Amino acid sequence: MTERRALPVVPTDSPPACAARLVHDFTPGLIEVGAHQLCPGCGEPIAMRTVVEAVAELGLTRSSVAVFGIGCYTAFSNNLDLEVVQALHGRAPSVATGVKRARPELTVVTVQGDGDMVSEGLQEVLHAAARGERITCVMLNNGVLGETGGHMTATTVLGQRTKNTLDGRDAARHGHPIRLATLLAGMEGAVYVARGSVDSGANVRRTKRMVLRALTAQQYGFSFVEVLTMCPTGWFVETTRAPGYLADHHAKVHRVGVLKDEVERVPEGTPAGVPEEGE
Amino acid sequence: MTGRPARLTAGSDALAGSMVAAGCRFFAGYPMTPFTEVLEAMARLLPEAGGVCMNAESEIEAIGMCWGAAATGTRAATGSTGQGLALMQESLAEMTLARLPLVVLHMARGQGDYFQATRGGGHGDYRLPVLAPVDVTEAVEHVALAFEWAERWRTPVLVQGDYYLAHTHRSVALPAPAPLPLPPPWALDGSSGGTGAAKLLSPLGSVKQRDARGAEAGYDLAVHYRACAARTGEMLRTIESRVEAESVEDAELLVIAYGTPAAYVRAAVRDLRAGGMRVGYVRPVTLVPFPYDHIARLARGSRRVAVYENNTGQAVDDVRLAVDGRVPVEFIGELSTDPSGFGVAPDLDVHLIGRRIADLYDRKVTP
Repeated sequence: MTERRALPVVPTDSPPACAARLVHDFTPGLIEVGAHQLCPGCGEPIAMRTVVEAVAELGLTRSSVAVFGIGCYTAFSNNLDLEVVQALHGRAPSVATGVKRARPELTVVTVQGDGDMVSEGLQEVLHAAARGERITCVMLNNGVLGETGGHMTATTVLGQRTKNTLDGRDAARHGHPIRLATLLAGMEGAVYVARGSVDSGANVRRTKRMVLRALTAQQYGFSFVEVLTMCPTGWFVETTRAPGYLADHHAKVHRVGVLKDEVERVPEGTPAGVPEEGE
Repeated sequence: MTGRPARLTAGSDALAGSMVAAGCRFFAGYPMTPFTEVLEAMARLLPEAGGVCMNAESEIEAIGMCWGAAATGTRAATGSTGQGLALMQESLAEMTLARLPLVVLHMARGQGDYFQATRGGGHGDYRLPVLAPVDVTEAVEHVALAFEWAERWRTPVLVQGDYYLAHTHRSVALPAPAPLPLPPPWALDGSSGGTGAAKLLSPLGSVKQRDARGAEAGYDLAVHYRACAARTGEMLRTIESRVEAESVEDAELLVIAYGTPAAYVRAAVRDLRAGGMRVGYVRPVTLVPFPYDHIARLARGSRRVAVYENNTGQAVDDVRLAVDGRVPVEFIGELSTDPSGFGVAPDLDVHLIGRRIADLYDRKVTP
């Protein structure tokens, strides 16, 4: 075992010889402004980063359109260097359908939260999956309406305290959580369905692989990645305890893993699009 | 633009044909009488023309799909009837703020949806142009006009039709297909990603936060909403409101009606004129912008204004705003519909309307 290194003592009795400077900017290329306005400990910026890095790594930066729902992550529509259509709460899969059908050559990815996609817009994502719509939907699942201030959504786990389930979600009073990825995996039109998480470095890397796979799968049919994210503010949990809370509670109900991978199962062409004039 | 030869065509087919001719290449809808046949015709015509017709799972999804297609610069249209249009209102309001063009065929049941069409059932501070054709021939012109306005002003435009417009067969000449426009510069095609100036289409404004200044450099809703309001104001001033008027020069009683019922009112006024009664007929062709000035001018010489609608009196509010208390305004319409609820009003009868006009004329106009 190596000897523990002692930090050099920094003299503080005289001003530094040179001004502080940025050694390296770790901001991904497609995020134009490093600073986001989301709470400390929020998992959504990490999840968003996996999406934009995947788009860049696949060389899709100049041929992608993102459709955003309404939630805290909506703030990123404002500072991403990707083309974005901002949709209404719950409606991103329909808007993405319109983009993709009109321009089939584009890669189209939606970003929604669980309140947006499961509570408000469940019908939309189910039908998009059933149609085998060639889009990728990403759901950031933190089990609360985070932007609104921490209220129950359709994915809130039993026992979880939220602002409108103060004694914890009770199945008898509030119903059971919907496991969306599990539901979508059973749909014919879906070719790739996975659930990842951003509570640990390993899970972040795994989630990134899921997003990469889902974007590739898009040419064959509907693909979906659910990402469990931390919301310490909405959960009333200390920031540092939030990843543990996620693993102990959310991930026990919404289990992380690849639920379906039938990429290249539907090799027939893409839905009819709008050809250029004169064709 | 040379039209195609006139053929006896159902209203819905003519509307669909004129949309395709006007360059519509994306249509999404959910069946609902009397809009259904427009959807059927689009499902038949659009793929042939190289476009996409989506059988959406609800009106909410139909307009969502159109939102996405419109964002790519594709000429998009949807439609429905009253209740279905109510479901679309949230998106209509937001698409206005996101500056997205769209043509909406509102095949209404009766005339109970005037407020929904002209005031907007959606939230927020917005207005949409509304055209109210009297018959299929005019509706075909209005479709082309609606696409033109939608693109020029980057706004949804409503064409207010009804059961009669959808189901009446009429000999109409469809316009020749217009050349497809190039996608406008704001349209998304994915290509601006990674350039440092990637496009954003958002109801919250499309000015992006591009530096480290934080929130101040991002969305400024007040600036965005003011810009939207300024554009709407300019649109309402610039679009010339339209009226059709007949026998108004010496009219003592002016009768105002819009849409299909106006044709019955026009016929009744003609009959009464032939009998020597000094009555005139005025039809607002654009419901937004409403022809306030035209009606104010035309009403100046009359002693009374009557409004006929198949509802409990909605456009009567706009007519009262137009005459501004200078002339009494009477409502002579009636809330009436057939048992099916499709708005085939049993009192839409030239003789019945004629009697109402004559009663008012005898009772209140003639001393």
